[in-house]
Order: sequence, then structure tokens, then C-alpha cells
Amino acid sequence: MNALLEVDALRVFYRKVEGLHRASLRVEEGSVVTVIGPNGAGKTTLLGAIMGLLPSSGAVRYAGAELAGVPTEARVARGLCLVPERRELFGELSVEDNLRLGAFQRVRHGERDAMRDLAAIYARFPRLEERRAQLAGTLSGGERQMLALGRALMAKPRLLMLDEPSLGLAPRVVRDIYHIIADLKRAGVSILLVEQNARAALQVADRGYVLETGQITLEGSAAELAANPRVIESYLGLAARSAGA
Amino acid sequence: MRGRVLLAAFLAFIALAPLVLPPFYVTLFNYIGLATLVSLGLVLLTGVAGLVSFGQQAFVGLAAYTTAVLTTQYAASPWITLFAGLAVTAAVALFLGVITLRLSGHYLSLSTIAWGIALYYLFGNLQFLGQYSGIDNVPPVALFGWSLDTGHRSYYLIWCVTLAALIAAQNLLDSRSGRAIRALRFRSVMAESFGVRTASLKVVVFLYAALLAGLSGWLYAHFLRFVSPQAFGVNAGIDYLFMAVVGGASQVWGAVVGASLLTVLKEWLKDILPRLFGQSGSYEIIVFGVLMVLLLHRTRDGLMPALARLVPPPRVPPAVAAAPALARRGLPPAGERLLEVRAAEKHFGGLVAVSGLSFDLRSGEILGLIGPNGAGKSTMFNLITGVLRADAGEIRFGGERLDRLASSEIARRGICRTFQHVNLISSMSVLENVALGAHLRGRQGTVAAMLRLERAEEAQLLAEAARQIERVGLGEQLHQAAGSLPLGRQRVVEIARALAGDPVLLLLDEPAAGLRFAEKQALAGLLRKLRAEGMTILLVEHDMEFVMGLVDRLVVMDFGEKLAEGLPREIQRNPAVLEAYLGGIE
Amino acid sequence: MNLDTVLWLVQDGISNGAIYALLALALLLVFAVTRVIFVPQGEFIAYAALSLTMLQAGQLPGTVYVLVGGGLLAAAYEIAAALRARAGARLPRVLAFYVLLPAAIAVLAWWAAPRKFDLWVQALIVLGLVVPLGPILYRIAYQPLANASVVVLFIVSMAVHYALTGLGLLFFGGEGLRSAAFSDAQFKLGVVNVTAQSVLVVLASVLVMLALWLFFTRSLYGKALRATAVNRVGARLVGIPAELSGSLSFLLAAFIGAVSGVLVAPIATIYYDTGFLIGLKGFVGAILGGMASYPLAALGALAVGLLESFSSFWASAFKETIVFTAIIPVLVWRSLTSRHVEDEEE
Repeated sequence: MNALLEVDALRVFYRKVEGLHRASLRVEEGSVVTVIGPNGAGKTTLLGAIMGLLPSSGAVRYAGAELAGVPTEARVARGLCLVPERRELFGELSVEDNLRLGAFQRVRHGERDAMRDLAAIYARFPRLEERRAQLAGTLSGGERQMLALGRALMAKPRLLMLDEPSLGLAPRVVRDIYHIIADLKRAGVSILLVEQNARAALQVADRGYVLETGQITLEGSAAELAANPRVIESYLGLAARSAGA
Repeated sequence: MRGRVLLAAFLAFIALAPLVLPPFYVTLFNYIGLATLVSLGLVLLTGVAGLVSFGQQAFVGLAAYTTAVLTTQYAASPWITLFAGLAVTAAVALFLGVITLRLSGHYLSLSTIAWGIALYYLFGNLQFLGQYSGIDNVPPVALFGWSLDTGHRSYYLIWCVTLAALIAAQNLLDSRSGRAIRALRFRSVMAESFGVRTASLKVVVFLYAALLAGLSGWLYAHFLRFVSPQAFGVNAGIDYLFMAVVGGASQVWGAVVGASLLTVLKEWLKDILPRLFGQSGSYEIIVFGVLMVLLLHRTRDGLMPALARLVPPPRVPPAVAAAPALARRGLPPAGERLLEVRAAEKHFGGLVAVSGLSFDLRSGEILGLIGPNGAGKSTMFNLITGVLRADAGEIRFGGERLDRLASSEIARRGICRTFQHVNLISSMSVLENVALGAHLRGRQGTVAAMLRLERAEEAQLLAEAARQIERVGLGEQLHQAAGSLPLGRQRVVEIARALAGDPVLLLLDEPAAGLRFAEKQALAGLLRKLRAEGMTILLVEHDMEFVMGLVDRLVVMDFGEKLAEGLPREIQRNPAVLEAYLGGIE
Repeated sequence: MNLDTVLWLVQDGISNGAIYALLALALLLVFAVTRVIFVPQGEFIAYAALSLTMLQAGQLPGTVYVLVGGGLLAAAYEIAAALRARAGARLPRVLAFYVLLPAAIAVLAWWAAPRKFDLWVQALIVLGLVVPLGPILYRIAYQPLANASVVVLFIVSMAVHYALTGLGLLFFGGEGLRSAAFSDAQFKLGVVNVTAQSVLVVLASVLVMLALWLFFTRSLYGKALRATAVNRVGARLVGIPAELSGSLSFLLAAFIGAVSGVLVAPIATIYYDTGFLIGLKGFVGAILGGMASYPLAALGALAVGLLESFSSFWASAFKETIVFTAIIPVLVWRSLTSRHVEDEEE
């Protein structure tokens, strides 16, 4: 398999403090890769740098091309999409406008059929169709996550990056989201999944990385990581503890 | 040392200049002194506190017109009209400050332009102010019967006042109030949490800047012996701001640099540009405008930092002097109900952050608040500390309701906190950051600071800060800029700052994040010791190992609600908690 | 004061207010999208009004030099950026927009000036001269500071205002000019004498507002601008380039400024620095409306127009003082109702 995304020795300084220290990882085409780690380890920083939202040094190669100097919108146009931790929806616009804007780059480059994909998104998220005319700011937490995901899918991503998709969601909704991730993988979308919910992430992923205080400290197949005593102790935490107690 | 030498050289130059320079240059220096006073006010207001005013010329004008009218029409002595002028300026500034400073920054800036224009047309149209032709024959200031009626004679008065103002401003910034002022720009929320009444402090800074402008106006009227609206037009206000920005708006001496540079440049351009363009007009504004845009593109800190690099900083920072310990608060007896949260609610749009949450905290215990990310823990912290206001429910501390109080009032009751997202002033040293935590343990205000009457108390505050820094194990980093520490250490600085406030209740938001194993153990040891001394601690933390070994009780939150409450070992077996944390996808 | 006078003042106030309303909308739009307090908006008005008057006199307006010079400067910035990013492919577009377009308009103006075309044709040429200045200014002065604080951007605005005012003095001179009216017709509406010029002003303003409303609610680019205003990070994540939104909002602001300038040219004597005051009255309107809602800003601006018109009757010397003091009650009210400590972004 080919590496769709290769991150090599990525460093990010945020207000003069190093937020990411020479982190390296790869995502193979068609695979799901997860990055797990505690709060403040630099997971969001990593995704921000890959998206070009934060200045960084080191190399990011995507689909065979170096991304240095490529602005965020051009990365989106190439199919690199992020569903951020804070969702970043357009609260004062309707649900449908949020989705339409998801296809902004495609429409701008003359894809006339982009709006036909709205139907596909609504088929996947019937809740969004019910609320199509409602303002995004009035949605509940679960609906927001669906809208954020739907908006990203409107861009036809080749590599979808998800930052804490289960954050603040009810277990049932988390289950739905992970079903969608599995679906997308079957449809050939590569996924980079950043999670604190290590258990859920490791179940759906092929490979995983552990990011701690800005550094990759462990990597391996998802199964290996799930069996690693350190990962169990730190990230599958409570479960292992109670099982052992 | 070289800094001292430079200062001495500057003073000598100022003292000797009029003896050797021709009158034209002495007048130029007078203008520089007058402009320095106004832009010094802007350095504090804009550079340090982050409030932009384009309307300082209006304050200059108010004082100038007040003294001109009183001295020419009522034959008052300039020494009396000095106070009259400052009083009028202060009254207007107080009114304008109170109504604009609570709003977002751009309201202030836009209204400064508006009142600048309003006053300009008022000066120009009022009969008793001489309309657009102004008031002439303003008498010179007389000092011990010696009339300051020439440029040379006014020179020393103007520069003595200017130098005194510069030194006072420098003293102010290096003090308890100064630390609070330096927090206004980016760290208002944090400053409020340590008891700084930021809204009033902004008014104080604004008033001070206006008074400096008023002082300049009084000097101007008696040095030039003539006032007219043209000197107080909007462009003058823009020029003053540009001076502060060019010089380096965050440094006191930047005011001198900016005022000198722009005053001289303006003189020079007025001379050559009309010759270049072949017609007369104030073309210097083209150059000023273009220069400002270029300067702000290249650096937002002005020229002062580049100049300051020429003077090496003192190699050995001064040691913190020993000082008598500050008075401490009495702690309530252990086991008393200290904090009660009853049915607290907080919504953000369609999102429920905290919903019907109730729990108690007893004095002398460590209570852990845990739950998955996004469960509402930090929101709960912000409700307790008044950063956010609850939509419903009650929060009581020692029986008194907190949920309607401002952050700074809550801090006064002995509640100190750390922030999940590190909230330090990165350019200030660790010592100064922590000393800000002890803000409420000092009393001395801005005037005492300018006159250096608060040195005894300042020494106590710094000694206390140093003691807390030592206690959390950062004694080595005392004088480093807080922003240069790794994030984990910065969290520890936050803890020292909270301790410096002598809290009854300590709120810690993820203190162990980013710490190494040994550091975590040291932190746990410190927290146990604090508990033994009678302090009460509320702790949000993700590191279960850290939490389980430390806390007395746990409250588990999920979706803003309380999922469970109990002893650590009960929580570890609670099925609902396990489900929430595992968020099962099977 | 009799009824005729009142109605006359109302008419005058409404036509001025309509222009202020347009300006208030432009200022709010630019602020929401780019966080720039766009003081130089006023210079577009003066440039447009003075250019129109000069065209009427058969002279080439100095705006062409600002346009061509600014375009070259913007192109230089773009070329430098393209070289740094090794993205030569976008150069043809850059040159077409920043160099060829301004040059073409300049040549057109040079050809048309001595021929003294109809006023409507001249107005169109003026729009061509002034509208491209919006994106050019954005490229030169603001785009390099895209992530600066509101405060820094405000200072830059004042600097740009300085530079443009100075250039205005250089190219238009210090004399005040007034253009011929689009129509001298008057007609009676009930008891009021209504001038065709004031009807035109109100009609044009309403049309522009309608067009803006359609743009923002119907077109993808309009929605993209709103999206940028609501959530900057979100906008970047769906691929809306920050420069595109900035450029577009400045283009709209320049268009509105140019239209206002053309409308105001026959009803007031315009000096090179008059635009500043007119633009600021738009700001006063926006502040009266709370700096957030477009309809309220338009209403606030209308109130400014009426206040100005009546105060020029009662106390003409204090007209400006009264208009600019009008924000004080609003600020008092807002300050009493807001309770909140917020941190500026670093």
C-alpha cells in the first residue's frame, strides 16, 4: 500500500512554546489510523499543522506532494479535510447552507454536480434533513457533530481527519459516529482519527500512535497497542483498573 | 550598568541642550517634550493596557482652553488654572471612560474619534472660546517671580514635568498595580480571578493618560501663549497615537523615541515635500501613513525593542529581598460545609454544558471532579469562579451566594484557581506572574506606586511569591519569562500563583497534565500537605492514577449532569461510570 | 418652523441618511469579515465624488494614478508571495487583475475625459476607477496583517486614511468641488416639493441594499462571506480562502463608497478630506444600531441623517458636535446592559 499521508519530524511552536516535537506518522491509502494521548499532548496541534492552520517545520507529504507553503483551502481542494474538535460550524447559517458551503472548493472549481451530494448526506443523516432550515447554532451536541461530519463529507475527502469525534456525545451517538467511520473506510476514504476514547478508536483503527507531551512515544498495529500494558494502564484506564481491582 | 550610563547621558543632554542650541531647536525640543507627555499616556493606555485612543488631543485641548479662558478673561494665576484644567480633563475623561471602557475595545477607539471631532467643532464655534481664531495673549507661567516667557525658559519646566512623568510611569509599571495593568490586555479574565477590578483599573489608566494629555495642554497654552482649534484636530490625535506605536507602545521610553522621531520628521517633511510636489499642503500625512503601514507590517512592537537590544540586560537579576511575611487568612475548621452547588445550569445555544448539577465540598477535603472530555467540568469551574454566570441554580460559599458576584469579588472571599489553558503573562517573569496572584494581599495603589511609597509592601509581595515558587519546586526559574517554560511547568506556575493568593478554597483545572511521573508525585505530595494544613481543594483531572490516590471523594460528571458521587473505590466499580468512560461501541 | 420646513428637513435627512445607511452596511460587513474598522471607506466617497466632478470638467481625475500605482504595488506583493511559494501558475490572473484592468480603466478614463459624455456614463467610469481600489488596498495594507488584532488593524486603517487623504490633496487639490445634478426636476408630492435628486439617492440606496441582501442570501459567495464572518476557522476548513473573503468584502465596500460618492457629489461640496466625516457618520449610525445587526445599523444611519438635517436648521454651527455626541446615550445604555470580561486575542 502507498502512504497517502506522511508526516516527518513535524515541529510546531505555539506562542514560543513547543507544542509538537518532531512527530512522525504515516497513513496508508484506505486505512484508519488513530492517534491517542492525554489532553494537552498536542493532538489538536498535530492536525492543525497538517491542515496548514498552524505554522510548522518538518515535512508533510500528502498524495506524493510536499504540502509546505500550500494554503489550507488548497489542501481542502485536494481532499484533505478536518472535522475539528470544536466543530467550527457556521452557527448563524442554516443547516443546509452549512452543508452547501462544505462543497465550496468543489463548486469553485466548476463541479456542477456537487449539490447533488446533499441528498446522499441527508440519506446518511436523516436528522439533518429534518432540520435543514434550522440555524446550526441551535442544534444539540450530537446533531452538531453530524453536521460537522456531513459538511466535511460534502468536500469529498480522500483523507478525513477527525478530532475527538466522540467528545461530549452520548454513547449511542458515539456508536453511530463510529459506524459511519467504518462505513467510510469501506468506501475507500482514509481516516486519521484523534481520540481520547482510546478503546473506541483502537477498535476501528488499523494502526495507532500514542502522542504524549508533544512526542510520539509508541506506535504499532491497533491490536498491538490495545494489548500493550502501558496503553492499558494509561488510556484504557478505568476499565483495566476495575477489571484488576 | 550601561542602562544607567545611557540615562545619565540623556539627562545631561536634556540639561545642556538649551545652552548650546539655537532657539529653533529649543522650540522643537519643547514640542517634543509636550508630545512625549501625551504619547506616554498612550504607551500605558494602548501599548500596555491594549486600549486605543485617537482622541487624546481633545484632552490636551480641554486643559489648554480651560487655562486660556481663566487666565485671559478672569486673570487667574496659571498655577490655579493648572488644577482647574486637570479637573475639567479628569471629569470629562472619567465620564467617557466609564461609558466606553466596559465595552469591546473598538467602541472606545471609535468613540475617541467621535468625541475628538465633536470637541473640535465645539472649540471652533463657541463665541467665548474665540471660535476658529482662538484665544491669544495667554500669560506665561511665572515661577518665583521669574516669568517663563521665552522658549528657553519654558524648556526646563516642560522637560522637568516630562521626565517626572516618565519616571513615575516606569515606577508604576514595576509595582502591584503595574502587574495588574499589564494583565489588562490579554489576561483580563485571569486578573479578575485574582481580584483585580479590571473595569475600574481601565478607567484609572484612561484617566492617567488623559491627565498627562491635560498637563501637556496646560504647558502648551502657556508656552505658545495662544490656543486655537487647529492644534486639537483629529489629525493631532492620530499623530500622538502614531508616536506611541513608532516608539514601541509597550515601553515607557518608547514615548520619547516616538515623539522625537515624528516631531522632527514632520518639521523636515513640511519643509521639503511642498517643494517636491510644487504646491503647498500638508503632504507629510502621506509619508506618515505609508511609514506606519510598513512599520506595522514588519513589527508591531515599534522601534524600542531594537534600541533596547543595544543595552544588555543586567546579567544577575536582583535577588528577592527577605521581607516580613504577609498576614494570612484564617481557615475554617475541618469538615464544615464550605461550598454548596445546587441545581446549577448552563447552556450555550442548543448545547447543555451543565445541567442540574448539585454537590457539596467540605473544608479540609480534596474533591475530584472527573468525567469524559466535554462533560462540563471546566464550565462548572467557571461558574464557581464567576467567569460565567449560571442560567439557574445556586452556588454558595460559606453560606453566601456566589452566583451573582463578579470574579474579582469571588476572589476576595478566598477562592483561587488555575486555568486549564495556561493563562500566564508570557513576557513577565515567573516571579511577577506569581506576585500577581497575591494582588489582594496588598493595598497600595497607583499613586503610591508612582511615588515609590509602596516599597515595603512590594518587598513582602515579592518575597511571598518567591516562597510559593520555591514551594512548587521552580526556584531556579524565578526570573525567567513565564512564556519560555515548557507547558507542564507553566501549569505549575499557575499553582504557585493560586497559592500566593492565600486561598481557603483552591480550584485546580488539570494540574498534572503534561507533567512527568516524578513531577506528578511531587505535586500530589504538595497537595496532601496543603490539605493537612487545612486547605480545601477542588480538582479536575484526567490522570486517574493521580486522582485515585489523592482525593477524598469524587464527583463524576457526564453531559453536564452528575453521574455518580462517592469514594474513589466505589466510583471505580460503578457500572454507569464505566459505561460513560468506555462509551462502548460494541 | 412650519410644516413645509419640517417636511423639507425630513426629505433632506432621509436622503443623507440613505447614504449613511449604505456606508454603515459596508463598515459592518468589512468589520464582520475581516475585523478591520474601515475608516478609509470615507476616502472612496471623496475620490468618487471628486473624480466625477473632474470628468464633468473634461479633466482626467487623479484617481487613475492611485489606481494604476496601487495596482502595480499590489501586483508586486503578489509576485513576491508567488515566488516565495513557487506558485507561478497564478501570476497571469494576478497581472490581469492588478495591472491590466487598472491600466485599461485608466486608458478609458483618459480617452473619455475630454469628450464630456453623459453624466451616467461618467458615473460608470468613476465606479470603474474606484471599485478596484478596494481589493488593491486590502492586498497592500491589510492582507499581510491577516492575523493581527483588531487594535493593530484599526491603527493601520488610520494610517491608510492618512495616506489616501494626502494623495487626495495631491491629486485633487484643496478646493471644494460640486458636481452637476443628475436631474434638476422637482415635483410636488402632496404639500412637499420633492427633488428628483433626492428620490434618486433613496432609490439607489434601496436598490443597492436589495442587491446586497440577494447576494448574501442566495449566492454561494455571499454565504461564504457570511460564513467567514461567523466562524473564521470553520471557513478555512471548508476551503474558503481568507484572502478571497477579505478582497470581496473590500470590493463591496469600495463599490458602496463609490456609489455614495456619486450620489453625494451633486448635493454637497466635497473637499479631499470630506469623505472622512461622511464615512464616520456611517460609523455613528452603525454604533447607534449596536455594531451587529444590519437593519438596526441602517435605521441608526437614517437617524443620523435626520438629526443632522434638523440640527443644521436649529444650530448649524454645532451640527457636527451634535451628530458625533449622539453616540453617548447609546454607549451609556450599552455599557449599563453589558457585563462581561473578555480577552483580546493575542
